[in-house]
Amino acid sequence: MRTARATPYLLVLPAWIWLAILFVMPLCGMLSVSLMTGNVIDGFTQTWHVATYADALARYWPQLLRSLGYGLCATVLCLVIGYPVAYWIAFRAGRHTSTYLLLLLLPFFVAQILRTISWRFVLGDNGVVLAPLKHIGLLPESAHILSTATAVIFGLAYTFLPFMVLPIYAVLRRIDHRVVEAARDLYAGRWATFGRVVVPMSLPGVFAGVLMVFVPTSADYVNAAVLGGTHTTMIGTIIHAQYLVTNTYPMAAALTFALLAALLLAIFGYARALGTERVMAVAAGRTP
Amino acid sequence: MTVPHRRPRVDWGKYVTWAVLAWLFTPIVAMVAFSFNDITGRHNVRWEGVTLKWYGQAFAYPDLNAALLNTALVGGLTMLIAGTVGSLLGLALGRHRFHGQRATTLVMVAAVCAPEVVVGAALLSLFLTVNVATGLVTTVLAHVMFTVSFVAITVRARALTLDPRLEEAARDLGAGPWATLRLVTLPMLSPAIMAGGLLALALSVDDFIITTFVSGEMTTFPLWIWGATRLGIPPQVNVMGTLIFAVGGLLALTNALLARSRRAGRGL
Amino acid sequence: MDDHGAPSPRPARHSRRDLLRYSGLAAASTLAGCAIEGRTIEPVSPERYWAGRSRNGHLRFANWPLYMDPQRTPLTLFRQRTGITVDYDETIQDNASWFGRIRPLLAEGVDIGADLMVITNGLEFNRLKALGHLAPLDHELLSTYAQYGADRYKHTSYDPGNRFSVPYASGITGIAYHPDLVGREITSFDDLWDPAFAGRVGMLGSPQEIANVALLRNGVAPADSTPTDWENAAKALTRQRDRGIVRAYYQQDYIQPLTSGELWLSMAWSGDVFQQNTVEGANLRFVIPREGATIWTDNMVIPITAKNPVDAITLMDFLYTPEVAAELAEYITYVAPVPQAQRVVEERARAASAERRRSLQRLAQSPLVFPTERDYAQLHNYVPLPAGESQRFTSLFLAVTQA
Repeated sequence: MRTARATPYLLVLPAWIWLAILFVMPLCGMLSVSLMTGNVIDGFTQTWHVATYADALARYWPQLLRSLGYGLCATVLCLVIGYPVAYWIAFRAGRHTSTYLLLLLLPFFVAQILRTISWRFVLGDNGVVLAPLKHIGLLPESAHILSTATAVIFGLAYTFLPFMVLPIYAVLRRIDHRVVEAARDLYAGRWATFGRVVVPMSLPGVFAGVLMVFVPTSADYVNAAVLGGTHTTMIGTIIHAQYLVTNTYPMAAALTFALLAALLLAIFGYARALGTERVMAVAAGRTP
Repeated sequence: MTVPHRRPRVDWGKYVTWAVLAWLFTPIVAMVAFSFNDITGRHNVRWEGVTLKWYGQAFAYPDLNAALLNTALVGGLTMLIAGTVGSLLGLALGRHRFHGQRATTLVMVAAVCAPEVVVGAALLSLFLTVNVATGLVTTVLAHVMFTVSFVAITVRARALTLDPRLEEAARDLGAGPWATLRLVTLPMLSPAIMAGGLLALALSVDDFIITTFVSGEMTTFPLWIWGATRLGIPPQVNVMGTLIFAVGGLLALTNALLARSRRAGRGL
Repeated sequence: MDDHGAPSPRPARHSRRDLLRYSGLAAASTLAGCAIEGRTIEPVSPERYWAGRSRNGHLRFANWPLYMDPQRTPLTLFRQRTGITVDYDETIQDNASWFGRIRPLLAEGVDIGADLMVITNGLEFNRLKALGHLAPLDHELLSTYAQYGADRYKHTSYDPGNRFSVPYASGITGIAYHPDLVGREITSFDDLWDPAFAGRVGMLGSPQEIANVALLRNGVAPADSTPTDWENAAKALTRQRDRGIVRAYYQQDYIQPLTSGELWLSMAWSGDVFQQNTVEGANLRFVIPREGATIWTDNMVIPITAKNPVDAITLMDFLYTPEVAAELAEYITYVAPVPQAQRVVEERARAASAERRRSLQRLAQSPLVFPTERDYAQLHNYVPLPAGESQRFTSLFLAVTQA
């Protein structure tokens, strides 16, 4: 059994090396920077200045909370829209499965910046969406979507939807359909089958999808910059500006760790609420 | 995997999927339309009528062409490497118990959510400290770093639902660990691996912030566009976007036709 | 995170704990050890810098996209005239990220991959200067600049005497508006605060740009402004924002909402409006308000670690040849730093026919490309910021734009 025990380590070794050198090491460097004081002209020196964290939170907690809120809204939106799509592609698309997957990812090959700019044309005050509604009097002349929080959340959901669909698809795809058939014979109802069999079996995929949407949406800044207005700044924008515009590197690093901590808290809270152990047990138990 | 239809019903899922695809493609339609816009200057923002002239001058900006090639190269390499490394990691996380599992998950989550600007800057300092010249290689290294977690999370979700008895059966039948992996585990994971690889490719092709830090003198497609916004995005950018999109669309079409001609196709 | 250091196939308890301890130690020492270096390089005199340097027949030019025609005509002329080849790279996306990219390299004293680069006279330029990252220019090698460069660039507040930089192109930040949507003539920055335009006003996101607008509106010349003036300016901008007058703060992308009519009036750059009106046939109006407006300058500078500085300064000087400057002005359509270029464009217009003639004439006559003396008298530079003040200044205005 010697080889069997070594197997997982051999599998993770390349990723470990990669992440240790290119992520953990720079991350430690960042942690160090967050405790420095100074300015870009005279240089920064290590003074173990923990107060930067308090300062960062005191100044930017509204943007931090807003980012988590926007991320949450976008994630829920993606789940509601993405689950049926993943379900249909996994079970009903038949031999066209890979075609649909390709179609789902195709927009990504057009740079995000170009797509976000295109949304500005489509959603413009007199664009193809709003102009007809205004014309028939459903909306007042001054109505607009752009430069609002709605536009930002909408853009976030748009950008990250495939990240919800793909993991759910990947899990659903391998569910043995005989189980579903058997369940349907037992429970007889489509919805009962769906709720008691398919959903529990797909939970690992949902968990992965939520992770891959919630985390990057909360840290995103492009959508807020292009589609947002005056009170829609997200924490990513602040970190970007602290780093590049004011060159206050310790503040940028401290905000980064504050964001990381907030996200990890949210994720572990979510995992506990959902019960990852249960998710895994259910998934493993129900697979034939 | 075909599903026997018991009763003829309205296939709502199909309409939802089509609607979502339409949503995803809406801005692309706008982009394609503006590639035909008959403007005279550099600001492609007002509709002026239809022309094909930009297609004739699609490659008028040499730096833009080079940028596009770089993007394709980096994206392809990232997909291959991150796909492999991430799948192995995802498999280990989903199928095995080992020391450092929680820490690995923690690092993965952190890698997904660390703001790109800070990661980019930290990576640049690292490359400087160890005296590596930035360019294609460092860009691929960085892209693999931030996409590998996405692949791993996707593959892990699938690996969790794998039936361990299948692998045990294979081993009982005399397959070594390598043969089991190759002949049993990997084929069962293939939808997730494919999905993860495509995600990695998509993320890499799209990335802007980290790339600015680690790409050195190399310019990629999103980088060029961002810089161009100051003086106006020329229609060639839309033409390039449209051409990339057309290639992808062609691939999808070929795929659909192949699937049609393959009677009772059963992909793994 | 720590047991990460132990990807050992045989996780024997003892060795693992040791490894943990070592990696912990290593982490702690990296945490404590490093610092980010600031000003380290002693200021170099031009004589010392240029002593013993000579032409290499080649240089690398880092510029912004669309800042030179795709055929790179000026560079072809340069090669024919001097034999020096240029590796031209459109690699600068914006000042802040460019600075973020090159600062660590310059701090290490290594080559940044460019011998000549273009950077705006803003915060980043000041920092590069203060950090000693720019090569002092040898004016012996800049005779064309001395002859044809506009005088006003020779004693600017940001680089008096052109010690480190010569201009590549300038631009004016004023107000652009739709006459029919606004319904009246716009003459003052005060109009950007008019509640009648609530939700229809576009502002630029850059701290230096909005600071100048608010200072000028408050009747303060940016060059003489004090920290108290800055605070008042920020307060005025906050009021403007919180009354819902500002639609959004734009980085570089206000022109699309402006042309589509989503914005009725906006802070705008002269070259953008010139392009829109003369080339695209839009009906926008660009004004320099009665309080004055901002002129910014994108400057050519040589990084101190350049490998081919002599070739770089030769190109710098060459771009001031009026014929070449006219070529650049025709493509860029921002303010040309070579007044003589106007004459060249006029001559070319006379020699050209029909369509091209009209467009060249419009260029030569445009006050946006060749401002008159009266225009120039109304133009202000950015607030001159001593390196120590810039953090306070930017934080003040970022708090307005990034609420």
